[in-house]
Amino acid sequence: MEQILANGVYLGSQYAMIALGLTLIFALMNVLNFAHGQMYVIGGFVTYTFYGQWGVPFVLALFMSCMTLAVIGALIEKYLFAPVIKGSSREESTMLLAAGIAFLLDALILLVFGEKQRGVPKIVDGVFNWDFRLIMPYDRILICVLAILSIVAFIALMQYTKTGRALRALAQDRTAAQLMGVNVDRYSMIGFALGAMLAGLVGGLLVTITGINLGMGGPTSIKAFMMVMIGGAGVISGAIWGGFILGFLEAFGLAYLSQYGDITYLLIFVSLMIFLAIRPQGLMGKPWG
Amino acid sequence: METRAAWINETGGFEIGGTTYDIEIVSFDDQKDPKRAIAGMEKMAQEGIHYVVGPNVDDGAAAVRPVAEANDIMYFPYAFPKELYSPPASNAVLGMIANYQSGPAIYKHLMENEGVKTVAFIAANESDPLSQRDGGVAAAKELGLEVVSDSVTYQVDTTDFTPVLTPVLRTRPDLLVLSGVSPANAPQLIRSARELGFEGLISTETAQDAGVLAEGAGDLANGFISVGGASTPELASPMMNEFVERYTNMFGEYNDESNTKVYALEYILETLKATPEAIDDVDAFKASMDSFSAPNPYMNGDEQLTYVGMTSFGQKRQIAVPLVVNVYQDGAFETMFIARVD
Repeated sequence: MEQILANGVYLGSQYAMIALGLTLIFALMNVLNFAHGQMYVIGGFVTYTFYGQWGVPFVLALFMSCMTLAVIGALIEKYLFAPVIKGSSREESTMLLAAGIAFLLDALILLVFGEKQRGVPKIVDGVFNWDFRLIMPYDRILICVLAILSIVAFIALMQYTKTGRALRALAQDRTAAQLMGVNVDRYSMIGFALGAMLAGLVGGLLVTITGINLGMGGPTSIKAFMMVMIGGAGVISGAIWGGFILGFLEAFGLAYLSQYGDITYLLIFVSLMIFLAIRPQGLMGKPWG
Repeated sequence: METRAAWINETGGFEIGGTTYDIEIVSFDDQKDPKRAIAGMEKMAQEGIHYVVGPNVDDGAAAVRPVAEANDIMYFPYAFPKELYSPPASNAVLGMIANYQSGPAIYKHLMENEGVKTVAFIAANESDPLSQRDGGVAAAKELGLEVVSDSVTYQVDTTDFTPVLTPVLRTRPDLLVLSGVSPANAPQLIRSARELGFEGLISTETAQDAGVLAEGAGDLANGFISVGGASTPELASPMMNEFVERYTNMFGEYNDESNTKVYALEYILETLKATPEAIDDVDAFKASMDSFSAPNPYMNGDEQLTYVGMTSFGQKRQIAVPLVVNVYQDGAFETMFIARVD
């Protein structure tokens, strides 16, 4: 049981971080960013290149992942999403754009980084072993702690800074925020950059554990959407809950259902469908959006 | 194949029946999708092509069979379903060693040399890995191994294998078999298993990439057993070494598994050379397969290119390449043993 709980916390923390960026972008712009998984992959490859290939210290490589994705996110918002949102009132326009960006990023990743699985040296050696009841490599513990600290830092930024207040105002009511003097265009770009940066951060953190490859983008996006739907689209606390719920469901399912074959995700999807039929707004979302 | 074709063309072409031909490779990416594989095979038929290398996965190879048979196409899949190569099927030729041939050889070797008695299997939830797992389980039981776990599977997009492996390793097997594992997943599985304290042997019947293992698992991958390409430094002739050099120049890096892929084109060309009328007549090609023999240019010594497969398929529908089993050590593969398949 100890191992299952630890696996759940570890998976949940990384999932929550992935979902945070996605839900932030949705909250600010009502955009379903299908390219979120690809941004995560780019973050992983940037850390791989700096840390794994060029020998740059890990923290600096992680910083480069964050900055690279923040710039990519800002550019995508300014030159792609902002014009489409202004020029079209149909929501499917941004959805199609997001899907197109996902394909574009996949193609660019293939061109720049290739199709192979890549990995980096461990950032911490050794394994915590409590009498074989709980085994957890130190690097996973470190990544888990860093992920939780990042989530706390993100919440603090949203709660206690001027930028965070502006972003929250934008998420609550775009028109009212504009009337109160919030520069909507600027903060939309900052918000998108922040969401993309979170994807880059988690990609950079997890490349040390899972490695990275081109194919990880799509499945990561799907999981991120599941977490957001569980927690409630556009709600920060909902994304965190969604991430931890999915992490624990996965940990328990893999531990107790593995003897029946690969049915963990089958049951998770069925449960999600039933849950959404009963509570379509998710755990923390409001029925009116 | 493109490397070999370019090489042949650069050196003046390939002579068949007194005529010298340049080799043109017509490629089609089926993206491992059976529907696209069928479309690809139909394209080959429309272009009048009688010899195709691929598809590379079980579903695709099975899907193209009707198209190939209806259009007189001999095809050389890197896929394992026995019914493709057994009568009444006759157009498919297995282009490599199948898992049901390499698996038993590996298990037997480990039983005799490492004292392996118990084995656990884990596979991705996809058709190829699952069928390879089932074949491996059957082979292990036939050899007298105790299979302690064979039901655990994982999604192919899994990134963290610790929760997946935990119940498998509780069964404390002597040997953990990663059935049909992809080069992308192998390092993570090995790393998670070792970090969970597993000290037994780990093997797979698929070919792997030493560079990917080194990056993804580092020293934790030491001792990992996998099927290699159809060559080793001891077996490789100067021509194989030149192939490796040309391949590396063409594509930037070399994967040991590409040793296997060089053979299909060579078999097609040498068989056509021995039976020139087979250029347009695949029945002539089939008829010549039972007795065909030509010097193997990629191996030292007097090795021959011949068709095999009587034991597995009841007819000669497999190219003869050496079964090389490797063990990973400090960033490179070392030859563990070499065997042959009939």
